[in-house]
Amino acid sequence: MSSKYNVDEQGMYGRFGGAWIPEMLQPNIDNLKNVYLDIINTEEFQKEYLELLKDYVGRPTPLYYAKRLSEKYNTHVYLKREDLNHTGAHKINNTIGQILVARKMGKKRIIAETGAGQHGVATATVCALMGLKCVVYMGALDIERQAPNVARMKMLGAEVKAATSGNQTLKDATNEALRDWICNPEDTFYIIGSVVGPHPYPDMVARFQSIISKEIKVQFKEKTGSEYPDYVVACVGGGSNAAGTFYHFLDDEQVKLVAVEASGLGINSGETAATIALGDVGIIHGSKTFLMQDEDGQIVEPYSISAGLDYPGIGPQHAHLKDTDRAIFLDATDQEALDFALEITRLEGIIPAMESAHAFVVLTKLNIAPNQSVVITMSGRGDKDMSTYMKRFNL
Amino acid sequence: MNRIQQLFQNKKDILSIYFTAGYPNLGDTVPVLESLEEAGVGIVEIGIPFSDPLADGPTIQHSGQTALKNGMSLKVLFEQLSDVRKKVKMPLVLMGYINNVHKYGIEAFAKKCGEVGIDGVILPDLPFQEYLNHYKETFDKHSVSNIFLITPQTPDKRIKLIDENTNGFIYMVSSAAVTGAKTGISDEQLAYFDRVKKLNLKNPVLIGFGISDKASYQETCKYADGAIIGSAFVKLLAQPGDLNTNITTFVKNILES
Repeated sequence: MSSKYNVDEQGMYGRFGGAWIPEMLQPNIDNLKNVYLDIINTEEFQKEYLELLKDYVGRPTPLYYAKRLSEKYNTHVYLKREDLNHTGAHKINNTIGQILVARKMGKKRIIAETGAGQHGVATATVCALMGLKCVVYMGALDIERQAPNVARMKMLGAEVKAATSGNQTLKDATNEALRDWICNPEDTFYIIGSVVGPHPYPDMVARFQSIISKEIKVQFKEKTGSEYPDYVVACVGGGSNAAGTFYHFLDDEQVKLVAVEASGLGINSGETAATIALGDVGIIHGSKTFLMQDEDGQIVEPYSISAGLDYPGIGPQHAHLKDTDRAIFLDATDQEALDFALEITRLEGIIPAMESAHAFVVLTKLNIAPNQSVVITMSGRGDKDMSTYMKRFNL
Repeated sequence: MNRIQQLFQNKKDILSIYFTAGYPNLGDTVPVLESLEEAGVGIVEIGIPFSDPLADGPTIQHSGQTALKNGMSLKVLFEQLSDVRKKVKMPLVLMGYINNVHKYGIEAFAKKCGEVGIDGVILPDLPFQEYLNHYKETFDKHSVSNIFLITPQTPDKRIKLIDENTNGFIYMVSSAAVTGAKTGISDEQLAYFDRVKKLNLKNPVLIGFGISDKASYQETCKYADGAIIGSAFVKLLAQPGDLNTNITTFVKNILES
């Protein structure tokens, strides 16, 4: 679909995006750019992709009316249950799509980066499904913090390689994955986990995640009889679940799009990942976007309690949505997200992922009228965060 | 004619050295340049350290992190280089990632390069088309050459386009690799060197990545106008002993025939 909020032919979203990559990656990126739409738009691809989403991932995911949460906040709250996907988050919508592209391009080896391990697990899963070799780069510190997901990836047959540069987290894992791709340009496909990186990745990943808003549109009408919710809301780190949640609403200007960043210990604490609030324009991982950097242009290490939002940049489309005022950007601290995680669990019997819990601050930070409706994407489930919850809630 | 063009007109088998500014100590940048010139190096790439150097292997990554800890920044580097033209005559090139330059400001950066006597700039993650559309005019105005990378996967047509639109040298990446990753030269690489040689480019060509010693330097010089040594030299800088003596020994060993 064409939209002034989507990518243009030069790979730009307004003044953001592009492909800022060393020459060593140019042929790979050019190649992908030339074929991805042709591959994705074939009937054969769509059939296989949608079949896998239905039978393997378990889509469509429900749009659930959260009755008690609605009562508490005196409005109508709907949850898009991406947490019910196979592997526990929205990430697999994208990895299924990308692995089918990789296979069509004849690639034999898959690489990926991961922070908390959700995208790594989703990638290792589809590699097992397709019988392709899988290498996942993960920050050495994250490997230590996320032992269960590391074990899942290994059980699925993936090789987990430690990124030991920088702060040894997601940003460094992404650098390592890009270095691997530079060294293995012929046989390797890089499955990026978010709407970041050089063009065409942000667009390709958004397309694969757009299934989220496609379903919301149909389900919301079925449930309420009305065409549009007043708000659609998602948390944003790199921003893939937000991109998918917004996609089919971009041109419906009466629908307010809300993205919630992680502000860690607070916007001005120095320990934060609130890129839109604090960042300015620069180039990170091949894309021009907002990013957190110092006055010398060194990228600042981000912090958030949620590893999935712990990224110093943001997808270029989100930067453009900020520029054009199409989306509202909010932020939630660690503590606000923790409070909501517990409240959602107690009111609805759903333990959310730490990331997803951030999105719910929309209920307190915006004045939403009693007769209005809010769709919040529950991007993942909380299993992976149980050690954090145990510690913080004394369980 | 700029200093880079003059160099290639007068000399063959150019030895080019890359090192990271502010490494191993913050104040070493200019002393290293002086030692390199004295030892007979033709052209030097001064690395601008960046927090996320995705085209670099562990050696240069580490040197960059150390330099940043030492307090290096573009601002400090330009201060250090403010009277460098009183000290060395050889062509000097800055090499770094686009984000630092973008943050500094393209116009301000190009102007400063011109003022202190920097002859060229290598920004591997500046897309060539972006350069033509938005950067070339600014750098041309300040007489700073932009140098671009080519790899074994770069099509001939693109190599020619780069050659036509630049006027320093072509940085020929020897193989699919990050810096410091491989040593030795394969038949496949020789075929690639040969392919590029037959294009009869107007710019001189220097081969870099994986060149570490006298043998690989001499071998690559057969196919190009010279070679660039980076990681092997950066490793040397970390060695104990007198910096000047170490540098002189390293360079003389490579250059003596």
